[in-house]
Amino acid sequence: MSESLLVNLSIAILFLPLIGFAIVVILGKRFPKLYLLEVGILTIAFILSLIVMFSKLSYFPKDIVSEFTWITIGNAPLNGVINIDLGIKIDNITVLMLFVVNLISMLVHYYSIEYMHGDKRYTRYFSYLGLFTFSMLGIVLTHNILMMYIFWELVGVSSYLLIGFWFEKKSASDAGKKAFIVNRIGDIGMFIGILILFTNYHTFTFDTIFEQIKNGVIPFSSNAWLTAAGILIFMGAVGKSAQFPLHVWLPDAMEGPTPVSALIHAATMVAAGVYLVTRIFVLLTADAMLVIAVVGAFTSFIAATIAITQNDIKKVLAYSTVSQLGYMIMSLGVGAYAFAFFHLVTHAFFKASLFLGSGSVIHAMHHEQDIRNMGGLKKKMPLTYATFLISTLAISGVPFTSGFLSKDGILAGTLAFGKLTGHWLIPIIAFTVAGMTAFYMFRLVLLTFHGEPRDHHKFDHAHESPKLMVVPLIILATLSIFIWYTPNPIGANQGWFLKSWVKTPQQVIPNETRFSFMVGKENHEVNVEEHGEIVNSLEYTETMHWAHYKAMFASLALAGLGILLAFMFYAWKKFDADKLAEKIKGLYNFSLNKWYLDELYDATAVSGTLNTGKGLSLFDQKIVDGAVNGSAWLTRFTSKLSGLFDTYVVDGLVNFSAFFSGFVGLNFRKLQTGKVQTYIVYVVFAVIILLFFFKPF
Amino acid sequence: MNYYDILFYLFAIITLVSAGFVVTTRNVIYSAFFLLFTFFGVAGIYVLLAADFLAVVQIMVYVGGILILLLFGVMLTNKITNVDIRTGTSNLLPASIAIGLLMGALVSAMIYTGWKVQPASEIPDTSIKNLGALLITDYLLIFELLGILLLIALIGAASIARRDKE
Amino acid sequence: MFQVTLQHFLVLSAILFSLGVYGIVTRKNAVMVLMGIELILNSANINFVAFAKYGNFGFSGQIYALFVIVLAAAEAAIALAIVLNIYKTFTNVNIDEIDNLKE
Repeated sequence: MSESLLVNLSIAILFLPLIGFAIVVILGKRFPKLYLLEVGILTIAFILSLIVMFSKLSYFPKDIVSEFTWITIGNAPLNGVINIDLGIKIDNITVLMLFVVNLISMLVHYYSIEYMHGDKRYTRYFSYLGLFTFSMLGIVLTHNILMMYIFWELVGVSSYLLIGFWFEKKSASDAGKKAFIVNRIGDIGMFIGILILFTNYHTFTFDTIFEQIKNGVIPFSSNAWLTAAGILIFMGAVGKSAQFPLHVWLPDAMEGPTPVSALIHAATMVAAGVYLVTRIFVLLTADAMLVIAVVGAFTSFIAATIAITQNDIKKVLAYSTVSQLGYMIMSLGVGAYAFAFFHLVTHAFFKASLFLGSGSVIHAMHHEQDIRNMGGLKKKMPLTYATFLISTLAISGVPFTSGFLSKDGILAGTLAFGKLTGHWLIPIIAFTVAGMTAFYMFRLVLLTFHGEPRDHHKFDHAHESPKLMVVPLIILATLSIFIWYTPNPIGANQGWFLKSWVKTPQQVIPNETRFSFMVGKENHEVNVEEHGEIVNSLEYTETMHWAHYKAMFASLALAGLGILLAFMFYAWKKFDADKLAEKIKGLYNFSLNKWYLDELYDATAVSGTLNTGKGLSLFDQKIVDGAVNGSAWLTRFTSKLSGLFDTYVVDGLVNFSAFFSGFVGLNFRKLQTGKVQTYIVYVVFAVIILLFFFKPF
Repeated sequence: MNYYDILFYLFAIITLVSAGFVVTTRNVIYSAFFLLFTFFGVAGIYVLLAADFLAVVQIMVYVGGILILLLFGVMLTNKITNVDIRTGTSNLLPASIAIGLLMGALVSAMIYTGWKVQPASEIPDTSIKNLGALLITDYLLIFELLGILLLIALIGAASIARRDKE
Repeated sequence: MFQVTLQHFLVLSAILFSLGVYGIVTRKNAVMVLMGIELILNSANINFVAFAKYGNFGFSGQIYALFVIVLAAAEAAIALAIVLNIYKTFTNVNIDEIDNLKE
């Protein structure tokens, strides 16, 4: 397989869903069966991405870039010729993302055939899924930040369409709007960041920008601007990946169909923010990374505390998603790049599995989402239960699961970060969240599947979901097992995923702006074999190594503690959760009401915006309108004056000239009698006058 | 003052006086008959100018043809029972002034212009032979064309005059 | 002075011409107008013949006078036909009243 074939295949993967979308959206009404085309296209795209992934990982160690010049901005003064290139870049994380996105998208398509059955906008649903897949693949494949921004907005659009898919429900359409608007806030920052980079480097292409930074070109010759650019672009990720303070849209986005939540709001789109940060990782300064780490840690903590008390099965999963995304962001912030991406992939699988499992439950319970009305579903839905449990184990960080590997890496990274920089709060939060995650995930499992059914009516009607829904669950649950990533169940570093596929890149920014441990040493290739991951300094490698087992045991202990607590509360009833909630009512309500963040935003940002709007409207009415009316009055006045002038002077002149011509004509008309004889008299007179003048005699 | 001059003045007076009556009488029939005298006078002038054939033609065509035509026209376009066949006039004052001036101008022009007079070396007895020769030699084409013209006028006048079918 | 010269004939024709014009201009009856035209044609003929005699032009002047007479005949015939038609249409031949084209 040649490079060009690989590129062509990637482009085919990118555009197949778009073609499907176009066909289905245009012809979908006439041919309701067209959704099968969309499903088929996704299957093809998945097979192609499988081929691309394997060939790239096996035969092409180097990155493949294919680009063409899209716009040539002529010789701009001081800047030289600016070319804006479009193109794709295929490296290891790209093909892995391709695989993940296509796999989950395909599974969600199959799942949706059953889940969405009977919906009145059935084909349109599939066309939206196709649009989303196209946009997401665009983000993954692009090699420049401009295209990424475009696709970024496209996923926002398709997310908006799918969240508000049941737009008859007000909450759904509101959630769609909220998601879109909140994302816009982050995107503004991202856009400013992009413009900072473009202003300085005259290109949107990642690699070119990085190359220039490496050569010592700093935005506006100031490291602060470099930090600012990193943080501003990260703001895009804050919006898209639902980081504090813009995470509020994601739980509301659960109003969309559950397969959509699995695809967009758990596995792929929200991971786009993480993917973006991995793309710009090499230009993040120490300050930017610290901000990112703090935002990630804080987000994961907030989300975990909220998830503990939520009663809606999807809300719990949504907050756990936010929490896990915070984990990934934090991981990037502390420099554990490879683990962040690793967690992205593993999380995509088990979270998709969890969401699809919850969808299966909701389907079986006839759209009941409150876990207080469930229970005992283990017997009715054994396959769903099994897959759900495996995924829960994975997210809780129990050994032999993929989640254990990636989470452990992240925890080790935070621990090392704490040791190296003294920011101990971050590892503390990370470990706390790990324990809480295990607790609330098992609370969810126990309340849903174990114990006695609390709503017998619905329970009696519950049944195992059809094959088309269960098979995706099984596939995703299988992918949550460690074996796909590494042969060693407790150490991911020896696995092929981290050893040969994903490696932390060298940062390109000046040394003085990096964390000291991120500064590369000349002789840093020691222990590459042993430690697996190539990091920037020997010091960091050693600290990671030091942190590895400590983090692993600590996280194991915390996960075990969380699980134990969950069992004690909800299975063995050693403690009464409700009583505890009564006892710490303040805290409980604080968590249940999501830290009152929505209310806070309503009170500040939303009402502030509304009040500003009202104020502006008043300003408009009083001053702008006043000015407009004043100018209107002035205009009327002057036009009245000029009207008078027109009436009397101009019209007078015109009328006078008309009168004059009329007068002259009236008199000269008398000469035109129409009688030849009279004319002859004139002729005779004329002859006489001529004779008199010329005197021929 | 020989006979030639006397004859000239005689014919000139006949011509002008009758012409003056022609254009001034209100009665159309009178005008027509005064016109007869005018034509006679002019014919006499022709004779004095050694154009005897032309004088004969003048009498034959004008008096015998055109004048009869005019009389027919007068009679056909006026009610015979109405004895007073009069015509109205118009533009009398401006016309009188204009014509007076014109006449003065023309007469003075005729008088004061220095005409180059070159009398013919010999005046032939009769002009008929020469006129006939000229008509079928130098002026043959015009002669033929006039014939055609007369034919057309004949047919045209007839067709115009009896357009009362519809 | 009384010796008849070219000028005498020319003055005669000039007066005749003026009278013809006067007739054309003042008479309302179409036939009278025609008479005025005949006077003018006669005055022109006198000029032709007079110049033919005094100018040594041979007989060409007389020939032209002859042509004028022929044309006058044709003209009179046509004109009278038209006058007859006018009379049929308007029951009079007063040319100042026949101004239908004016409006």
